[in-house]
Amino acid sequence: MIANIADYIVSPLGYGSQANYEAVKAGCTMLRRYDQWNDVPEPFTASLMDWAEVESRFHDLAVAWHDASDYTRFEQLCLLSIAGALAQTGIDVASPRVLLVFSTTKGNVELLDSRSKHYGSDRVLLGVTASKIARFLGNRNVPIVVSNACISGLCAQITAMRALESGRYDYAVVTGADVQSRFIISGFQSFKALSPVQCKPFDRDRQGLNLGEGAATIIYKRATSDDGGRWAAARGAIRNDANHISGPSRTGEGSYRALRSVLAGDDTGRIALVNCHGTATLYNDEMESIAIERAGLIDVPVNTLKGYYGHTMGAAGVLEAILSMHSLDDHTLLATRGFEHLGVSRPVNVSNQNRATAGSSFVKLLSGFGGCNAAILYKKLPASPGQDFSTVMKGGKQ
Amino acid sequence: MKWIRITPDKIVINRQKLNTSSTGGELLKEVYRNHIGGYPKFFKMDGLCRLGFVASELLLAQEQPRRTECEDRAVVLYNRTGSLCDDSEYQATIQDTADYYPSPAIFVYTLPNIVTGEISIRNKYYGETMFCVIPDFDPQVIVDGASDFFQDPMTRSALTGWLDCTDRDHYDALIVLVDKGDSEFTPERLAALHNL
Repeated sequence: MIANIADYIVSPLGYGSQANYEAVKAGCTMLRRYDQWNDVPEPFTASLMDWAEVESRFHDLAVAWHDASDYTRFEQLCLLSIAGALAQTGIDVASPRVLLVFSTTKGNVELLDSRSKHYGSDRVLLGVTASKIARFLGNRNVPIVVSNACISGLCAQITAMRALESGRYDYAVVTGADVQSRFIISGFQSFKALSPVQCKPFDRDRQGLNLGEGAATIIYKRATSDDGGRWAAARGAIRNDANHISGPSRTGEGSYRALRSVLAGDDTGRIALVNCHGTATLYNDEMESIAIERAGLIDVPVNTLKGYYGHTMGAAGVLEAILSMHSLDDHTLLATRGFEHLGVSRPVNVSNQNRATAGSSFVKLLSGFGGCNAAILYKKLPASPGQDFSTVMKGGKQ
Repeated sequence: MKWIRITPDKIVINRQKLNTSSTGGELLKEVYRNHIGGYPKFFKMDGLCRLGFVASELLLAQEQPRRTECEDRAVVLYNRTGSLCDDSEYQATIQDTADYYPSPAIFVYTLPNIVTGEISIRNKYYGETMFCVIPDFDPQVIVDGASDFFQDPMTRSALTGWLDCTDRDHYDALIVLVDKGDSEFTPERLAALHNL
């Protein structure tokens, strides 16, 4: 079990986790229609950063950190998010006891385009990008980049959990990020996976997903009795459908197995929320409803945040986990923006209104190309430690 | 521990060199035809998936009986170039606005973890699958990563190692089949095998 000691979201809705939470709670989105964007012939709807503001903020950060080299859009976004989280802690990110874990699907892929500014031929490689970011931070450990499609954000947190529990590191900085490009948009368009309008997760009229940009960072440490009041990632699992490289399993096989694994020994009645992937594609949302029912969670409230951010790809698992933590701190289950009429075969407990909750644990679920699925069970550690705390730490019934 | 080493000019499985006559992308096709076969989807795959498919098929053929339909085997791979091989091929289809033909059949391979999915589908492995990209081949990272993924109480064995494909003719693979707790699986051993 590992404890979240700081988190920071950079997204089109704002800078900082609390600013993002307030915007989402108020129902805001930056999903907009784009026409003739970067030579993409078909219009699309997406949630994109204001890059002039990113560059201006990054300029200030680079001055403060005495670094004058050139950074790509992706690297700037990652660094703004990491620096925002670090500023809330006293940890020395340059220490050999700190591991950097990144989650991204496509990183600097836009550099393959001849229209792009030139940064050196190997900068498109994710490990090279991560090393560049690590050098900015002064961290000399080998950075790990999890590139496991849309579940990368949860895989990165599971990677951090295991590395911390092995004792090799004291802190893990987990950053999920992706930026949109002609490469990614055209590919999803070729798949006919994009909704022309704002997405409608779990809705009968859903037409596909929207893409989004953002970066989100959580800094973790091994949970101890000093971490009362903090959120912990208690258990995580990654499972495969073993079915198809681009279509989800009709039985929700991998998601069900991942859920079964993280719920082992826990009372499902204590779980306040399943924060779903909920991309608003026909097959994803249907598959998730089946997996949730099979896992015995059909009565548990579910939500998805794609209606606010679109699908932020490598950022999603980190960004959506942070917002779920902040929402339960505020005794709120966030509304599923875009949902109106149930359009999946299983009666999932979904709402387009914010709802009240007293719960202090939730499950985050993701699935992606390559047939991969991941789940993490998060629990808020009791503020006044004692017997209660050790029960949570053992992962038993609370 | 069982292992396989593949470079564009040779294939070695547990110290046995496979008899082959071609190199680069042709080598993988030759081995598919002469030693694997019966899986026409192979020809739809990008370079990274062909490499991973051939490596896993030859390695798993050593396992008696060959396992299938299981959740206790992980497939966790590492490389330097991610899905660059297919990324470059996809970029070529969209580079020119006058000659713009984005293909879903190419785009689907622009994720490195498609290969771990292909191996899972082929073998009906429902267990953990993950792909990580690191700056360079690093046996310590691979061995530490394995001791980490064996923390999942379900996982008892794994296909893990290095699977890198710059383009269809340039690649580098070292994959091992390892049980939890195998004392042979060390950074020194991996480094020695990678130098073969």
